[in-house]
Order: sequence, then C-alpha cells, then structure tokens
Amino acid sequence: MTTGIRFDGVTVAYGGTTVLESFGLTVEPGEVMALLGPSGSGKTTALRAVAGFVRPTAGRVFIGDRDVTALPPHRRGIGMVVQQYALFPHMKAGANVAFGLKAHKVPRGEIAARVAEALEMTGMSAYAGRYPRELSGGQQQRVAIARALAIRPGVLLLDEPLSALDARLRSGMLTELARLHRELPDVSMLYVTHDQVEALTLADRIAVMDGGRLQDCGTPQDLYRRPGSAFTASFIGSANLLPVTVTDGGVRLGGTRLDVPAGGAAAGASATLCVRPHLVGLGAGPNALRGTVTEVQWRGATHRLGVDIAGHRVTAELRELRETPPLGTEVTVHFAAHDAVLLPAGADGGEARG
Amino acid sequence: MASTEALSGRRPPTALPRLRVPAWALVLPPVAALGLVFLHPLALVLWQSVSPEGGGHGFSAYADVFAQAAFRDALRNTVLIAAGSTAGALVLGFALALVIAFVPFPGGRAVGRFVDVFLSFPSFLITLALLFVYGSAGMANGVWTGVTGAASGPFDFLHTPWGVLLAEITYFTPFVMRPLLGAFSRIETAQIEVAASLGAKAPRIVRQVILPEALPALAAGGSLVLVMCLNEFGIVLFTGAKGVTTLPVLVYGKAILDGDYTGACVVAVVNIVLSLALYGLYRMLTTRMDGVRRARA
Ligand SMILES: Nc1ncnc2c1ncn2[C@@H]1O[C@H](COP(=O)(O)OP(=O)(O)OP(=O)(O)O)[C@@H](O)[C@H]1O
Ligand SMILES: [Mg+2]
Repeated sequence: MTTGIRFDGVTVAYGGTTVLESFGLTVEPGEVMALLGPSGSGKTTALRAVAGFVRPTAGRVFIGDRDVTALPPHRRGIGMVVQQYALFPHMKAGANVAFGLKAHKVPRGEIAARVAEALEMTGMSAYAGRYPRELSGGQQQRVAIARALAIRPGVLLLDEPLSALDARLRSGMLTELARLHRELPDVSMLYVTHDQVEALTLADRIAVMDGGRLQDCGTPQDLYRRPGSAFTASFIGSANLLPVTVTDGGVRLGGTRLDVPAGGAAAGASATLCVRPHLVGLGAGPNALRGTVTEVQWRGATHRLGVDIAGHRVTAELRELRETPPLGTEVTVHFAAHDAVLLPAGADGGEARG
Repeated sequence: MASTEALSGRRPPTALPRLRVPAWALVLPPVAALGLVFLHPLALVLWQSVSPEGGGHGFSAYADVFAQAAFRDALRNTVLIAAGSTAGALVLGFALALVIAFVPFPGGRAVGRFVDVFLSFPSFLITLALLFVYGSAGMANGVWTGVTGAASGPFDFLHTPWGVLLAEITYFTPFVMRPLLGAFSRIETAQIEVAASLGAKAPRIVRQVILPEALPALAAGGSLVLVMCLNEFGIVLFTGAKGVTTLPVLVYGKAILDGDYTGACVVAVVNIVLSLALYGLYRMLTTRMDGVRRARA
C-alpha cells in the first residue's frame, strides 16, 4: 500500500485564471491533513488534482513515492468521499460498497467478507440491504465512507464530507471519523473543509489556503497559538488584530506603549498584533488599554464585550459577568505579554472575526 | 389525497369557496372530445372492416386478406423493419448520446441542440438525403465509378429492406437521443468521478453507473420509436416502394390504388392491433428487465 501525498509546485488553471498556484504540501503516511480555507480558495481543486480529475499545468503530484501526475483516476488507488455522498442510487448499500472491489477484480469469494468488514467499520452492517433513498443523510455518508475504505486505499480524500449534515449529526460523525483514523493508522487523509471546528478536532495538521495559495501549515495548536499570518489568525479561531508600530523592546498602538516580545522585527516597522478574545481581561493589568464599551453580548457561559480603543475594536470574551458595564462607559482591558503574537502587517488589521 | 382535509382546514379564510363539481363532470368534456375526433373514426374503420362488399356483416374480408401473400409479406416486413430499426436506433442513439453528454469536445453543446432541430425534420427529407448519397446516381456510387472506372457503383440497397432500415435508423435515432440526453444531464458528475476513483474504467462506468440511470429514458425512447416505425409511411414510400411493402403502405395501396376500402380497413385494424400488441410486449419486457436489475443490484 502506497500512502502519503506530496504536492510539488502544483499549479492549476481553468481557462486563463489560476486557481491553484505553486502549491506545495506533504501529507505524511497515516496523517490527517485538513485543507482549510474560505470558499473559492482552491481546496477542492487541490483534492481533485490528487484524485486525477484536474491536470496540473505545472508541478507534480505524488502518492507515496509514485508520481501520479499523468495517471488516470482509476489507476491511482484512492478512496474518495464527497459532500453529496454520490452513492449509486440503483444499488443497495452492500452493492455500493462492493463496486470498487469488483472494479479491482477482487476474487468473488472475498468480496462479501470485505463488504461486511467495511460496513461494520462504519456501523452500517444492518443496512446493507437498503437502497440509498431509504437511508438518512448521515447513514448515506457512512455507506459512502465504507465504499471508499473497502478497496483499502492508502489515501483517503474527503471533500466537506459533513457539510450536508445537521450540527448534531456532524459532531457525532466527527467522533466516528477520529475513531476510523485510529483504526486505520496507515491511511493518509486529506480532509477539505471550511469549518475550523472540523479541522481543529480531526486534523494532525492543518493547511490554510487562501486565493489558491498555501498560507500556513502546522498543527492545530501551533496555528492557534502562534499563527503565521493575520489571515490564519482570523480564520482559525477568532482574533483581535491591531495595527501597531514596532519600537525598541515593544510595540506602540497609537500613543500607547505595549510590552510585547517583538521578535526579530525592526524598530519602526508596521506589524499586526494578534490577541485571542478569551485572553483579554477586564480591569487593570499588564498592557492595559482604555476604551469605551460599544457592545455587550451575553453568550451563556461568557460575556462578549466590544471595546473601542482609539478607533480600533477589541473584543474580549469574559467569564460570565455579575454586572456588565453599560454601553458607552470607559473600561480598561488588558492582556499578558506572552498571550500576544506579533504578525507581519496584514491588510485586514483591526478586524475581529468570531 | 388524504391530506386534502387537513390542508383546507388550515387555509386562510380569504380563500375562495371551492366549487363542488363531481369528478365525472370534469372528465366528461375531454372524453367526449376524444370520442368524437378519435374513437368514432376508429369505430368506423372497425365497422367497415367487418362489412364486406357483398352486404351483411362478418369476418370474410379478414379471411380474404389473410390469405393474400402480399399481406403476409407486408406483415413480416413491418415487424422486422420496426424491430430492427428500434434496436438500431437504441444502440446508435445510446452511443451518440454518451459521446455528446460525457466526452467534452468543441461544439458538443451545439450538436446537442441540433438533435432538437432534427426532430422537427420531415421523415422523407432524410430519405431524400440518403438517395443523394447512396442512390443509384448518388455521391457514393459517383465516387466509386470515378475511382474504379466501372460503369455503375455497388451501392444499390436503398430499395431493399436494408435501405428502409438505414433510413429509419437515421431518422429515428435522435428520438432516442433526446430523452437520453435529458437523463444523462441529471446524472451527478460526482457519481462518475467516485466510480473512477474506485478503479472503474469507462466501460464499467457506462454499464453499471450510467446505463441503469438511463434505462427509463431508453425505454421511453425505444417505445416511441417502435410505434412510429410500425406506422411509418413516408420513408417506406420513398425508399422501399418498389420492393418493400409494409402494412401502412398496403393500406394506402388498397384504399387509394385499388379502391378496396374494406380490405384497407382490415389491414388498418391489423396494423393498430399489431402496434398495441408490440408496444405492450415492449413495455412488459422493459419493466421486467427493470425488475430484474433492481433485484440484482
Ligand atoms: N471546472 C471549473 N471551471 C472553471 N473554474 C473553476 C472550475 N472549478 C473551480 N473553478 C474555480 O476555481 C476556484 C477554486 O475552486 P474550488 O472548488 O477549488 O474552491 P473551494 O476552495 O473548494 O471552495 P468551496 O469551499 O466553495 O468548495 C473558484 O474560483 C472556482 O470558481
Ligand atoms: Mg470545494
């Protein structure tokens, strides 16, 4: 079984527009890599380049150490699961799962056992005799996953497999997928999603894409705690992004000096300061900032405070407050130096996403 | 229908009160119209067929017609040509529709639209075109005589049953393609892609993914073509008239050329019964095939 995926400078263009540009990424054997990015960022295109449905105009795609760039899809040995299930409607669940085995000329006697095994793995054994239209969305997706796994692929491609399911079902399926990943430690998975929760929950590493380019790649913890760009910071979790100027041993936000490790940034340079809302505290403390309350949202366990600081909006996610400050009053917020990350100046500084 | 009560109960009070007209009263006008313009003439034909020249009523005209070799020939020609044309149109139509729908090539959409236009052509136009190509003085023979220097070319089949078959397949194939193209456009691309990623090559995908989805359309197109072939007149008259007689041509001959109206009506009745019987048989076969396919899947 060949496993692991490598994109080597892959460029894909439709007509004149480049939708994937010099894309380089390695998915290790047995690793779950999430491709995360906004709509139209080229996630599906990258996945289709692996499956063989788009031909790169430049670059190579490897599965294991096999160069598959010129190989037709049916010879790549890949399992594929798509958002709309794409089960064959005139075949029962069992026959759907058997399809790939027959195509691979697996001996007849072996097929039944392997269909049963794949259905068992996804908890669908009881439904082998049902037509897709007789199954719920979640059940159909399980059959689709069983169908992809039955051929024992080294690489599993999933394109937003949970988007068509409702929120409750989605979290259940996420747990199931995590279990499948543990049971199939050799299978590399490329998991396309625009949902950061799915990426954070499931992935060993996350590749963040924007505009056909790889923006950032790392473990969920790394990307969350030490994002490499303003885009990553705002796309994974929510973030306060403040335009600052680097000074000797700190940064300046407007007239306020903040004590933040500047790293290697040269004094005088513009930068973006990233602080997660839940790491912002109310009241006096280190790196105190004064501003007016512009918004108070009660979210059950937390209160979300919007504070306008010299024209920049800072969001603080606070443990539920006994008394909330009235709108328009002056408050002080603060954050610890080690909770802040200094990023290269981003185009969308000052925006908070949530 | 059971939910009608519940629905009307929830209807806002501004809704118009429904007129209580019994269902049979609504059905009456269309049935009357149908009877007047369709069933009545049909009954007249039937009645004429059992009213021989000599007076009285009976089936003597049937016995006369059935005894004629010309009739038996026409019956055989009709069935064979219709069955052959339908089979040919199904195979050719499926293949062409597959290419148009799934093989990207420049102008593919234009070809798809041309199929619609083709459906509106009169059938003798196709026959005429075939005469220009394969007729004794047509292009194919012209090329042959030009190249080989022979006095006449080898293509001389247009007046045989094969000529009729070729013309009918040419003309009726688009009637199969139209519903097929519709069915193909409804097949999810994702299904075909998943099938390919599961290791299936094109023939398997066509057989196991595309064909089952297209069967209803194939059945619909096939039954349409079968019935149209059984009753085709223009093509046979243009091509086969000299040697090939089918039932519709025989009706024409008896009624217009011989003035034998009773005989013409007998043949017409046979033609109608044959159409209905073959159509019924075809539908039975296709539904059974469908059942077997579903049971197997
Ligand atoms: N067949 C195609 N022809 C032309 N352009 C295409 C085609 N497929 C995709 N594109 C374009 O390529 C870009 C990337 O598309 P892609 O499907 O990879 O995005 P995505 O990241 O998967 O988005 P989403 O989250 O909405 O699925 C888009 O701008 C899209 O319009
Ligand atoms: Mg997509």
